[in-house]
Amino acid sequence: MTRLNGGLVDRGTTLSFAFNGKSYAGHPGDTLASALLANGVQLMGRSFKYHRPRGVFSAGSEEPNAMVELREGARQEPNTRATVTELYDGLIARSQNHLGPLNRDLLAMNDYFAPFFAAGFYYKTFMWPRAFWEKLYEPMIRGAAGLGRLSKQADPDAYDKGFLHCDLLVIGGGAAGLAAALTAGRAGAQVILADEDFRLGGRLLAESHTLDDAPATGWAASVAQELASLPNVRLMTRTTVFGVYDHGVYGAVERVADHLATPGPRVRQSLWRITAKRAVLAAGATERHIPFADNDRPGIMLAGAMRAYANRWATAPTRNAADPVAVFANNDDGHRTALDLMAKGVPVLGVIDPRPDAPRLGDYDLFAGGVIDGTKGRLGLSAIRITQDGRSSWHRCGALGVAGGWNPNVHLASHHRGRPVWEETLLAFVPGTGGPSGLFPAGAAAGKGSTAAALQSGMEAARKALAEIGIAATALSLPDAEDAPIRQAAFWHVPGKRRAWVDFQNDVTVKDIALAHKENMRPVEHLKRWTTLGMATDQGKTANISALAVMAELTDKTIPETGTTIFRPPYTGVSLSVLGGGDTGAHFRPKRLTPTHHWAEEQGAVFVEVGAWMRAQYFPRPGETHWRETVDREAKAVRAGVGLCDVTTLGKVDVQGADAGEFLNRLYSNMMGTLAVGKVRYGLMLREDGHAYDDGTCARLSEDHYVVTTTTANAGPVYRNMEFARQCLWPDLDVQVISTTDAWAQIAVAGPKSRALLERIVDEFDLSNAAFPFMACAEMTVCKGLRARLFRISFSGELAYEIAVPARYGQALMARLMEAGADLGVTPYGTEALGVLRIEKGHAAGAELNGQTTAQMLGLGRMVSQKKDSIGAIMSRREGLAADRRRLVGLTPVDPAATVTPGAHLFAEGAARSMATDQGWITSAAFSPHLGSSIGLGFLEDGETRMGEILVAANPLEGQETRLKVVSAHFIDPEGERLRD
Amino acid sequence: MLIPHPLLGLRDSQEFTYLGDAALMDRPDPAGGNAEAAFTDYVFLRDNPAGVHRELWFHEQGDRSWLVVTRDTVTHEILGAELARDVKLNEEGAQ
Repeated sequence: MTRLNGGLVDRGTTLSFAFNGKSYAGHPGDTLASALLANGVQLMGRSFKYHRPRGVFSAGSEEPNAMVELREGARQEPNTRATVTELYDGLIARSQNHLGPLNRDLLAMNDYFAPFFAAGFYYKTFMWPRAFWEKLYEPMIRGAAGLGRLSKQADPDAYDKGFLHCDLLVIGGGAAGLAAALTAGRAGAQVILADEDFRLGGRLLAESHTLDDAPATGWAASVAQELASLPNVRLMTRTTVFGVYDHGVYGAVERVADHLATPGPRVRQSLWRITAKRAVLAAGATERHIPFADNDRPGIMLAGAMRAYANRWATAPTRNAADPVAVFANNDDGHRTALDLMAKGVPVLGVIDPRPDAPRLGDYDLFAGGVIDGTKGRLGLSAIRITQDGRSSWHRCGALGVAGGWNPNVHLASHHRGRPVWEETLLAFVPGTGGPSGLFPAGAAAGKGSTAAALQSGMEAARKALAEIGIAATALSLPDAEDAPIRQAAFWHVPGKRRAWVDFQNDVTVKDIALAHKENMRPVEHLKRWTTLGMATDQGKTANISALAVMAELTDKTIPETGTTIFRPPYTGVSLSVLGGGDTGAHFRPKRLTPTHHWAEEQGAVFVEVGAWMRAQYFPRPGETHWRETVDREAKAVRAGVGLCDVTTLGKVDVQGADAGEFLNRLYSNMMGTLAVGKVRYGLMLREDGHAYDDGTCARLSEDHYVVTTTTANAGPVYRNMEFARQCLWPDLDVQVISTTDAWAQIAVAGPKSRALLERIVDEFDLSNAAFPFMACAEMTVCKGLRARLFRISFSGELAYEIAVPARYGQALMARLMEAGADLGVTPYGTEALGVLRIEKGHAAGAELNGQTTAQMLGLGRMVSQKKDSIGAIMSRREGLAADRRRLVGLTPVDPAATVTPGAHLFAEGAARSMATDQGWITSAAFSPHLGSSIGLGFLEDGETRMGEILVAANPLEGQETRLKVVSAHFIDPEGERLRD
Repeated sequence: MLIPHPLLGLRDSQEFTYLGDAALMDRPDPAGGNAEAAFTDYVFLRDNPAGVHRELWFHEQGDRSWLVVTRDTVTHEILGAELARDVKLNEEGAQ
C-alpha cells in the first residue's frame, strides 16, 4: 500500500477490510474508495447496461460508478457508494452487477451488442409480440437488471425519528456553511449545522489552500471546535438534509452508526424533521466532466475528486506509482489538480486544455488547444490519445482528471418549484427566485465558489437570514483566502465516432442523446425518459448539465432555452427503514388493549386485531382441538346460561347540554329527543349522501345527558363528525360532546341467567323485568360502592345487559363476575362467538354497514324519520337509493353439510352467472351451533318476498356453487321474546 | 406544514385531520325548494381552485377544534386560520 505525504487519515491506526474477498488495509479517516485507491485498486464495479469496467469517479455523494454491496447477511446493503462509505475495521464489500468475477464479467458481452441497446431500446424492442412481454421479456430483463442484491432478510437494526427546532439551519459545513454557522452561533441564535460528511470543512479538506497563510484544514477544525463549544449550536455530521418541505420544515437523515461494523446499542440511522425559521443552503458544487471517446475507464475521474484523494486522503489515483497522471480541463481550476499532484510527488503527464490561450500555472506540460479523443486499458486506464493542432499521439497514462467546470448544488433551492437560472459568466445554473421561502443559498451553491467569496457569502447569508427574524449578528473578521476568478471555456464534449459517456451509471452516451434528438425526443423531460439519463441512483448529478449542453448544441439553442433540470426530494437516496423510523413489525402502530386484556391472557385467550385493538377472539379450554369447538361451546353457553364479553372497544360519546336531544335528532335518522330518561334506543346514522353509516345505542341518563355508542371501527370518525356538526353546522346549539371510549370498561353480560348473575353484584338495585325492562338504563353502584352504568340491551338476542365501570376497574369487575357466576356456569366469550350470536339474531355489523348499503336494504327503512331532518335524510330519498330493491335476508344451505361463503354472489337456479343476472351477495356467515348448520346473511333483490326460495351462491374464485334457501334474517327468536323476558 | 391555530399557535399539520372545502359548513336548507338538487351539489361537487382555498382541518390530536384554514394550494402558504365555530356564528350573525 502506498500513501502520499500529508492527508487527514490517522496513520497511527490500521483498519483491515475486504473487497471481493481480498484483504486490504486503510486508516481511520478513509472512505472505502480512498482506501481502495491507496491499495492500487481502480476497478470497483460494472456499469448498468453494458457492464463496462468502472472505477471511482468522484469523491462524494454524487458518485455514479463505485457502488458496492456493503456488509453481509441481513445487513447486506446494495448500491452503497464507496466514496461516502466511512472505513471501519472489518468492513466487507463486494462489487456488483457482474456475472462471474469482476475482472471477467460474462455479461460484458452486452457491450458488443451496444448498437442494439441505444436510446429508447426498451420502448422499441419489447413492444411486440405482446404476449412475449409477461412470459419472456420481463423475466429476462428482471434477471439481468438491477445493480446490487438485497439480502432478502429482515433488517436487524433499529431506526428512530425525531424533531428539532432552530432559528437557523445551515446545510453544508464547508467554507460558506462554517462561516454562516459561526456568524449565527456567536450571535446567540439557535443553530443546527448539518453536513453529509463525517468531518466538517467541505472542499477546504480537499484543497491545498491556505487561510491567513495557514492550512485551511486548521481553520475548519478551529471553527468546528468553537461551534462545538457553543451551547446554542448543534453540529450534525454524517447528516444529509434531503428535502425542503412546507413552512420551513426540512427532512434530514443522520447516519448514526453506518461508520461502525454494527450499530451495537445505538440506532443505525435517525430521521430528523427540522423546523427552521431560516436556513442557509451551503451545499457546495459538483464538478462536471467533458465527454470524450471511451471516457469511462477506471482511472478517469473528476479532477476535483483527484485533488481530494491526494490532499485529504494522501492517495494517488493510479495503480502504479510510476504511471503518469494527466488532466483534461476546460478551465483554470482543473490545472490545480496537476499542481497539487506534483506537490505530492505524483508524476504528471501534463494538462490538456482545449482553450488555445490556456494559461500555464506551473511547471507541467501544457497541451493548449488540445483534446483527448481516445483511451486504452481494458480494466483500467493505460493510455490516452491527445489531439492538438490536428496531430494525434498516444501517451502512457495511469489516471486522468477531468475538469469541466462546477455546477452549484441547487437541488434544495428547487424543491418548491424554484427554477434555477442560467448564469452565463459561470456557465452554470444557480438558484433562482421562487424556491423555498426562508432558504438563503450561499457559497459555491450560489455560484460563489472561490474560498474568499464562499466565506463572505456564508457570513452575509446568515446575517440577512437572522435579521429577518430579529436577530442582529455582527460581521466576522474573515481570514485571507484565495479568490481566483473563474476562467473557463464553454467546451462541453469532444466530438467523435466512438462512444462518449455522459451518464455513467445508466450508460447514456453522446450518441444516445443525438439519437433522441433525431427521434424528436428533444424536450429535456423526453430526453431523460427516452435515454434514461439521470434516472439512476445518482440522479444524474454529474451528467445532467453536460447532457443539456449536448442537446443544446444539436438543437442550436442555448442551454437555458433547451431546459433546466429541477430536483425533487430526496437529495440522495433515503432508506425506507429510516423513513419508517422504527415503526415496523409490532411497532407499526400502537396497540390498544382492552381493560380485561391481561385477565384474558391469563385465561389463554386467542387475540385478534380489530383496528388498533387487540380483542379476545375465543377462549380455548384444555382438550379442545379446533377453534370451532371452542366457539360453539361459548355461543351455546350464552344461549343456555350466561356469558361475558368485553365490549369496551365500541365507541362511547358523552353528549351533554340543554340541546343534546335536538343535536342527536339531527345526527341520527331516527328520533332521539323524545327518548325518556332511563331508556335506551337503537340508532342509525346516515352519511350525508344517504347511505347507512353507523349504528349504536343512545342512552338518556338525564334530561340533558346522553351516552351514545358507535361501532368499534367508526369510534373515531363518528366522534369527528359529531364535532363537525357541533362546531361547523350548528354552533348555536347548547351541546358538548366528548369521547369516553377509553374511560369506561364495558362488559356484555348475556344469556338467560344474566339477571341472576348481576343481582349478585349490584348494590340494592331492583333488576326485575318490571323495574328494569328491556331497553332500560341506569346509573348505580355495584360491588359495594363502585360507580357503574347498566344498560339492558342485547346483541345476542338473549336477555342481556351491558355494564360499564370506570376503565381501571374493568379487569376486577370481570374477575368478580366470573367468581360470582361460577355456579351459573358463567363463560367468557370472544368476538368469534359474538359474531355467531349476532348472525343468528340477524343484527347488522361491519359487513352489512359497508358504506354501500341503505337503511331500507338493512330492513331499517322505517327508522329514517320523515318528521324531522337529519344528516343524510334528504339524500336517502333520492331515486337511486330509494328504488334499491335489495333486502337483508337469512340464508341456509339446502344440504346441511354445505358451507355458506361470505362474498359469494346469489343467482336464480339455472341463470347465467353474469352481472346482469346477479341478484345479491352474502355479507356474513358462520356455523350456527343452534341450527346445526352453516348460516349466512346477505342482500337479495326483493328479499323480503322470497322466503323459502332456493338460490345458488356462486363463488367462482374457489369454483364453488352452493344451493341456499332464503329465510328470515332472524334465525333465533324472531319475535324477540327472549330479550324482553 | 405548520398551521397557526388561533388558540394554540403554530402546530404541525400532522396533528390535524383534513376534511376539505369550507363550503361543507354551508349545509343546504332541507326544507328549501329543490332540496335534493341542493344537497347533490353540497355532497358531490367541490371547487378545486389553484390558489387561495378555504378548507376545514380538525385538530384531532389536539384540542379538537375545527378550523377554517385559508391556504394557497399552489404555494401551500397559509394565509390565516379561524375557529370554524366563530366563522359560522359570525356568518349567522351577519344574516
